[in-house]
Amino acid sequence: MSSSPSRPQSGGKAPADRADPLQHARSPNRTFGPQSPGDRFEVIGRRMRKVDAAAKATGEAQYTDDLVLPGMLHGKTLRSPHPHARIRRIDTTKAEALDGVFGVVTGAEMPARFGVIPWTPDETALAIDKVRFIGDPVAAVAAVDEETAERALELIEVDYELLPPLYDPEAALASKDVLIHEGNKHGNVTKEVVLEFGDPSGAMAKSDFVVEDDYFFHGTAHAPIETHVALARYGSDGVLTLWSATQIPHYVHRELAKVLDLPAPRIRVIQPHLGGAFGGKSDPFSLEFCAARLAMKTRRPVKFLYTREEEFYAHRGRHPMAMRFKSGMTKEGKLTSVESRILIDGGAYSSFGLVTTYYSGQLLTGPHQIPNYRFHSTRVFTNKPPCGPKRGHGSVQPRFALEIQIDRLAEKAGLDPIEVRRRNFQGANTTTVNGQRITSNGFDQCLDQVEAASGWKARRGKLGRGRGLGVAGSMYISGTNYCIYPNDMPQAGIQIKVDRSGLVTVFSGASDIGQGSNSVVAYIVAEELGMRVEDVRVVAADSDLCPVDLGAYSSRITFMVGNAAIHAARKLREQVQRCVAEEWGVDPKRVTMAGGFVFDREERACVISSAKAFQVAEALLETLGATGSYNTPNLGGDYRGGTIGASPAYSFTACVAEVEVDEETGIVAVPHVWTSHDCGRALAPVLVEGQIEGSAYMGFGEVFLEHHDVNRFGLHARPNLLDYTIPTSVDCPEFHASIVESLDPEGPYGAKEAGEGPLHPTIPAIANAIHDACGIWLTKLPFTPAKVLAALQARDAARNGSHSNGEAR
Amino acid sequence: MAASQKLLRLHVNGAPVEVAAPAHWTLLEVLRYRMGLTGSKQGCDKGDCGACTVLLDGRARLSCITLAGDAVGHRVTTIEGLVTPEGLDILQRTFDEAGALQCGFCQPGMILAARACLDRKPEATRAEIKEALASNLCRCTGYTKIFEAVEMAVRAGKAAHVGGPAAITGAPAAAPAPAGGARR
Repeated sequence: MSSSPSRPQSGGKAPADRADPLQHARSPNRTFGPQSPGDRFEVIGRRMRKVDAAAKATGEAQYTDDLVLPGMLHGKTLRSPHPHARIRRIDTTKAEALDGVFGVVTGAEMPARFGVIPWTPDETALAIDKVRFIGDPVAAVAAVDEETAERALELIEVDYELLPPLYDPEAALASKDVLIHEGNKHGNVTKEVVLEFGDPSGAMAKSDFVVEDDYFFHGTAHAPIETHVALARYGSDGVLTLWSATQIPHYVHRELAKVLDLPAPRIRVIQPHLGGAFGGKSDPFSLEFCAARLAMKTRRPVKFLYTREEEFYAHRGRHPMAMRFKSGMTKEGKLTSVESRILIDGGAYSSFGLVTTYYSGQLLTGPHQIPNYRFHSTRVFTNKPPCGPKRGHGSVQPRFALEIQIDRLAEKAGLDPIEVRRRNFQGANTTTVNGQRITSNGFDQCLDQVEAASGWKARRGKLGRGRGLGVAGSMYISGTNYCIYPNDMPQAGIQIKVDRSGLVTVFSGASDIGQGSNSVVAYIVAEELGMRVEDVRVVAADSDLCPVDLGAYSSRITFMVGNAAIHAARKLREQVQRCVAEEWGVDPKRVTMAGGFVFDREERACVISSAKAFQVAEALLETLGATGSYNTPNLGGDYRGGTIGASPAYSFTACVAEVEVDEETGIVAVPHVWTSHDCGRALAPVLVEGQIEGSAYMGFGEVFLEHHDVNRFGLHARPNLLDYTIPTSVDCPEFHASIVESLDPEGPYGAKEAGEGPLHPTIPAIANAIHDACGIWLTKLPFTPAKVLAALQARDAARNGSHSNGEAR
Repeated sequence: MAASQKLLRLHVNGAPVEVAAPAHWTLLEVLRYRMGLTGSKQGCDKGDCGACTVLLDGRARLSCITLAGDAVGHRVTTIEGLVTPEGLDILQRTFDEAGALQCGFCQPGMILAARACLDRKPEATRAEIKEALASNLCRCTGYTKIFEAVEMAVRAGKAAHVGGPAAITGAPAAAPAPAGGARR
């Protein structure tokens, strides 16, 4: 069924390859249902302030680059000026001799290969034998200041033997003699997946309507306003501490141990406040290893701060994908079959590419029911900055193609595009064609909301020349079922400490990257313990203090850490209620906690403060505290790769975009984007709205403004924020966010993800709106004015052609 | 090695200050590296992103492309300077209130740009707010809640002007305390 050249067989249901001969039982899957712990929700679902907002608004919040340690050195990275070359020799003697330089490091000192996906470790902290893209890190220095470090870089001599570069993924695929990774088993192919479900060819042949087209999704960058930055200190106690702008401190911890050859308990990883990530900080990066290694070498703290240009070269942005899609539909508007062939431009390294390759097919089988499906995705290496996960990892690109195809089919069937999507609604408590379990599903309500909000029925087709409305839908995962490295331990953990003063401290491994996970954890614990949010403090993402959490990726934190927080807090609540009941001599069921008090439901005059209740419990029991955890259930299709894309819950989104196409200039204005997202219960509606608006914004930027690519020399075409144009305040449409709450049976209080899903439909909704406005199908992103004009000319030529043909007849 | 230092007499956040720094240093470098005022952020270091925005005599300026020496003789206000003994600036409160702060990295600059806008136009319209913030990139929010935060401050300013308290709407509801209070 599948051919997967580079990944070891993972088995059907659970990841295999357990080196541990002791077959541990898998940590249990424990969920709590959508109900509130008390009579009603006091915190959850309300429009709360974020726990860290005031610190951010005043400049108090410390980001990694704001940290300064005594004697701190500044690190800089020497990068390859060649897209593809063998390194014959590196001489660092002159750099080391420069006054003010304390240490120089090259790849030979850190030979261990790493990669965020353990099956594809093809990176080293610094290049050893060859460089594979312009910007590939080659050596690093630590010096008394940045300028000295930069001068030292100029003194490092590297002797390169140039190799032919491969920029075009087709050429890379065909190349037999130019190999970017020589040890790779299948030429320049990093991963190939073919999966087929049902009878796609047979069903296609029987379809009333079939469309087949080529689509291209370009590369785009995360462009967080904070660049990558890391600070390392090697203490006299032999402990290495790394502060890093990372969204995966746990994986960084593991890879640091491997690459530095240090025992993991001697390493502490801390993620301070983080200035945006969007998936761009979810690999271990060269600067983390170099800062650590140089701190160990020099015995002084070392900080690396990537420049904006380096940020663009370090990349890991959205994979460009060339996609051929074919879809079929009946006269009644039911999808019959979808087939895709996708070539993925991976750049120089694997990164998350194995997962990307699967996701490009696996995540497309909802919210529209696809009865027969086949995808064939191939990811290849090229001599360009490596691609990785960006918000909506792997599925934003094929979603663009599929949603346009659905509109094309709707047009052929003479049906309204929203109506067609309703007719193909997957429904709740179903299984997709590729075996993914769908529990809650509010996509139908999402469609209703955007239809009403946009005035679809009254306005579509009546907006006048050059104006139009378009719709699209999508689904996304709420975390992945399986950890990146196979193990049976929980995916998320929480520890709670209680102070006699009434303060509750929650230790959370989760990375708050701005999405507000620390706030959500505080809200949940406050809800469970009936406390005010200001009496709950969250300590997060510090490997010495906090239980392991796998990181801020695949939209997993609310679902998984949320469940872990309920688990821990509910244990504590039960302890406190039991002790207070014992003190009062009443049934524990009568004792409840709300608003910072503990009281007797049946005797309302009987009330004590939370602090007093904690003291009562501590006196009766012992030092108070609780742990909680969450692990996923066993899920996924029973075939190789069937677990990739399996999630305990899926979110759903519908989007309507309104456009105005200027046929003289080719400029497309987008006055409005309406996005309705089913996130289950919205634990923090303000944060959910922020995620929806931010997602729609990012999608909008990808349609018209943003393009990450290299020129014919392998140089980044626009490695700065002037040329790589992310939308400004005057570029943006009005974003209208609305929420559908299909309470999920397994999410915390019924919640699902909100951070990535809402991006997906923005892009095809705009494409479909442009067609509605002026009759052109744009299939190659980004939609520049030149492409719009070319399509309009082609439209006019076709019209004139058919007109003159008509006259001739 | 380090370039020769120049003594700068600056006026930052309401107080005079003398700082020695290399002559070519930007105002952002002096604020962050010499004065520990790390609320001003470096996002691009070339004037593209606006995260380093400070006020120079009340006008929004990009401190990463302003030489520190050029700030001599001007009043510099950073995000830290908006906090007074009376509390936070209304914009700092409304950005919190509106949920405009996600990662927060662009926000010191954004809030200062909004401050400069409202100082000039206390009743700024949505279009004027958009224009005033066009040099400040935010990658998280889509700007929607940022506009709402500034509009909230405009409304609060109007309320204050007519004599009422600077009301901010929509304060989070405190969970109600149960009736009574005596411990059994």
